[in-house]
Amino acid sequence: MSEPAPKPFAPFAFRSEDVTKVYGSGAAAVHALRGVDLEVPRGELVVVLGPSGSGKSTMLNIMGGLDRATSGRVWFMDDELTAMDDAALTQFRRRHVGFVFQFYNLMPSLTARENVELVTEIADNPMDANEALALVGLEERANHFPAQLSGGEQQRVAIARAVAKQPEVLFCDEPTGALDSKTGRAVLRVLKDVNERLGATVLIITHAAATAAMADRVLSFADGKIRDVIVNKTKLDPGEIQW
Amino acid sequence: MVSPLDRKLGRDLWRMKGQSLAIAVVIALGVLMLVMMDGLVNSLDQTRAAYYERYRLADVFAPVKRAPDHVLRDLAAIEGVGAVEGRIAGGALIDLEGEPAPIRAFAVSLPDFGTPRINDVYLTDGRRINPSRKDEILLLDGFARARGLAPGDHLSATMNGARRTFDIVGLVQSPEYLYAVAPGELAPNDANFAVLWMSRDALGAAFDLDGAFNEALIALGRNANLDAVIDAVDRVLDPYGGVGAYGLDDQISNRFVSEEISSLRVSARSVPPIFLAVAAFLLYIVISRMIHAEREQIGLLKAFGYSSLEVGVHYFKFVLAVAVGGALLGCMFGVLSGRGMVELYLDYFKFPFLVFNVDPAAFIIGFSASVLSASFGGVVVLRQVFALTPAVAMRPSAPADYTRSVSFSEQLKKVLDQPSRMVVRRIARQPGRAVAAIVGIGSGMALSVAMLTVLASFDKMMDVNFSVLDRSDVTVSFVEPLSDKTLFDLQNVAGVIEVEPFRSVPAILRNGRYSHRGALSGLISEPRLNRAVAADNSAIFVRGDGIILAEPLAAKLNIAPGDRLTVDVREGRRPTLELPVVGVTQSLLGAPAYFELGALNQALKEPGRVSGAYLRIDSAKADDIYVALKDMPAVAGVSIKSKARGAFQQMMDEGAGGMRYIMAAIAAIITFGIVYNSARIAFAERERDLASLRVIGFTKGEASFVLLGELGIITLLALPFGIALGHYLSLAVSAGFSTDLYQIPVSFAPASYGVAVVAVLTAAGVSGWLVNRDVGKLDLVASLKTRE
Ligand SMILES: Nc1ncnc2c1ncn2[C@@H]1O[C@H](COP(=O)(O)OP(=O)(O)OP(=O)(O)O)[C@@H](O)[C@H]1O
Ligand SMILES: [Mg+2]
Repeated sequence: MSEPAPKPFAPFAFRSEDVTKVYGSGAAAVHALRGVDLEVPRGELVVVLGPSGSGKSTMLNIMGGLDRATSGRVWFMDDELTAMDDAALTQFRRRHVGFVFQFYNLMPSLTARENVELVTEIADNPMDANEALALVGLEERANHFPAQLSGGEQQRVAIARAVAKQPEVLFCDEPTGALDSKTGRAVLRVLKDVNERLGATVLIITHAAATAAMADRVLSFADGKIRDVIVNKTKLDPGEIQW
Repeated sequence: MVSPLDRKLGRDLWRMKGQSLAIAVVIALGVLMLVMMDGLVNSLDQTRAAYYERYRLADVFAPVKRAPDHVLRDLAAIEGVGAVEGRIAGGALIDLEGEPAPIRAFAVSLPDFGTPRINDVYLTDGRRINPSRKDEILLLDGFARARGLAPGDHLSATMNGARRTFDIVGLVQSPEYLYAVAPGELAPNDANFAVLWMSRDALGAAFDLDGAFNEALIALGRNANLDAVIDAVDRVLDPYGGVGAYGLDDQISNRFVSEEISSLRVSARSVPPIFLAVAAFLLYIVISRMIHAEREQIGLLKAFGYSSLEVGVHYFKFVLAVAVGGALLGCMFGVLSGRGMVELYLDYFKFPFLVFNVDPAAFIIGFSASVLSASFGGVVVLRQVFALTPAVAMRPSAPADYTRSVSFSEQLKKVLDQPSRMVVRRIARQPGRAVAAIVGIGSGMALSVAMLTVLASFDKMMDVNFSVLDRSDVTVSFVEPLSDKTLFDLQNVAGVIEVEPFRSVPAILRNGRYSHRGALSGLISEPRLNRAVAADNSAIFVRGDGIILAEPLAAKLNIAPGDRLTVDVREGRRPTLELPVVGVTQSLLGAPAYFELGALNQALKEPGRVSGAYLRIDSAKADDIYVALKDMPAVAGVSIKSKARGAFQQMMDEGAGGMRYIMAAIAAIITFGIVYNSARIAFAERERDLASLRVIGFTKGEASFVLLGELGIITLLALPFGIALGHYLSLAVSAGFSTDLYQIPVSFAPASYGVAVVAVLTAAGVSGWLVNRDVGKLDLVASLKTRE
């Protein structure tokens, strides 16, 4: 017997088909992505691994609506990102996405708190900027400018900024790259918390392979493609991760 | 709560305060010039109007030989005439102690009772005359001051051949003599022309005009038709020897003042926009480069979900803050300096009071020009930045660009060391930016070139006029056209080397509906002392078969050689002549119409008459000659060229022409501002690079070299462009300074370019030095810590 299929409730936060990205053209062309197919179920915490230059940031930028694929398709829930115009992508980022960039990207002329407020200002359901800074242990430094913070502190401000928005999707490009193990674990705990408490889908790019142990799913990039996908049966708590 | 973006705005403005201020100042100067000039012109115009009204300056002047007082009733009856007053006016020669040459003066009667209903005077010192005292006079304030005379002093004057001594009881200013120009002179000269006011009885006795007048002053009623009134007045006065009534527009002082104001207005309309355009262009360049440098932050904002519009508004506010700040500054200082200028002109024009007023349009134009150009700069660049995806915008733009120049840099490597290669590569990599910088500095320089050229052209004009055209030392004018035998009397004065007669006939020149009130200049056919000169400075021989017109006059009358000119003579029997135009010549001063002396006399049927003569004299005997001339009854006036030249120079320095110095100063500041801005923005863009260079071991000198080398090359490339653009700008600016009274022929002096080149190089040097100090102060850690 065949019942009509229920209205498809997208089980995946992200899905992609054969995504490629080429920078430049001719002899100077760089093939950053060479056909990426992936599925990221909603609410999962995904860790992305891969050697430097393998295309991790590029793929995340495309999934976050920051960049456009050269070919292929990407969906967020039921919406095809690759078919959206700029205005729609802007709305997508504004409503759904939080970013932690590989290079922190703080506004140098704004204090830590103001950098967070920059995002909470336009978010639908933000948490208080001070609260977000407290999550990363920087409530004391709220009034300092980026130039007055260490690299790791700047990175934590960037995380507070992304988290404060209470986004549905959180992209983190090497969020713990500049942190010692203790602060690193604290940051991972914050990310885990966002994942569990808000049900947010979290994607974390990292070179620390051990981080994979806390993920629901691990995507490994190599040479512009996904080499393998591992789904963890059991996950470790951030506190248990060996640095 | 202030939004984080607005806070960013405030801090960015503060961080770039040096740069923002530098742009704002350049904008401000452009706006200042506009507002100042407009305020000046407007205020002078309104002050003049108020002065005329308050002191009831006549609308029509009607000179006549001798008309009995009862004729005034006939004049009053003319339709459109509001008020009439008859007065006596005549020439006088003042004899001052210690002054060998006689001073020309004009004596004017005051009514017996009360103050004049028309052409009142403004008492600056002393009191009004007692009409029953025939020896009391009021003296023109400007002359009194120039000669150190005050109430209580005595003055002797010769009128109608009789010499008398007067008591000065008061000093006055008069709207009728704002510009005290002796008849036949080109420029006013306070010290050499006087006006005396005295009782009607005294003057009536001197000129045998008891119970009569020789000039009617008429104030028009409402809705009067000027031409109709003038025609009617002429009809009434004709039997009494009316010389032709004329309106205020043709009154000599008013004409000079109008000329000055309108030439100021022409420069106010034509020159400041050029300055403003250059300032606006600078703003455009700087804003576009600033926004370009912010591309990463723009990318970041977009990544967070700020819409292009929101980001655009943020940067637009920045642009607006600088542009509006500059414009405000410009308006403020424009009003202040306009006020200052008006004070100066007040003295020059001898207005007793001042109405200061800037047309709101000037503010609006200044504001919108700066805001629009700034917005344009912002919009053009924002469009590019918006077109980028946020991910691209967030990557620093440098790395991708190296690829193209690989082979190029291989070759460079052989010739240049590392820092030099960095300089060259940076310019080569961003040619658009380099071109914009070159154009920016070039236009700044062009302003200076243009103003320097104009300064040189003024001097050249003076020189051509007083050395090439007029080679006489003294001009003598007679009380009326006299027999040419009088010339022998002049020739016989010891020390007079050469005598060249001339005849000047007041006339209205007409060609259809075009007309000009001026004079016919009768010169001998091959004049040696006062010549007509063509554009190439070669002499034009005055012809007996027709008239040669000065170029601006030919243009005004819309007439060309071969056409016939109608000449309404305003002297003697006042015939109307039809004369052919046979040539058009360049003239720098005035608007002469030349005709051969003999032919002119023949046309007038007055053979052998001359109105005066040009003399070349032995300068050692000058004083004796002046004394001799003073004693000749036929001589009405003596104009000494060195003084005339001085007066003319003064007129051009203090009058409308004086503006050129202020404009030149502003041009210089703008030139400097642009060069400095270019250096600042280059530094701002390279701050991180420079810090990196220092970090990896480059010396301070090498880092400076990388920065200043670029500025140096751009500046050098800008020089030829500035010279070329300056050439065209000179034409525009000098056209803005030329008037009916004098033309400013553009004379391109290599020195102007030289000075401009030196100025730009100096500006570059100083700017480089200022910016270079900041290279030394670079905070290596701070600038590397934050990745913008
Ligand atoms: N704008 C660009 N122009 C040209 N090539 C680029 C550009 N951006 C990235 N690439 C290239 O694309 C490839 C993938 O880059 P991407 O940043 O995705 O790598 P990644 O996996 O994030 O590396 P990392 O771990 O070092 O951050 C690299 O070879 C990089 O050099
Ligand atoms: Mg990366």
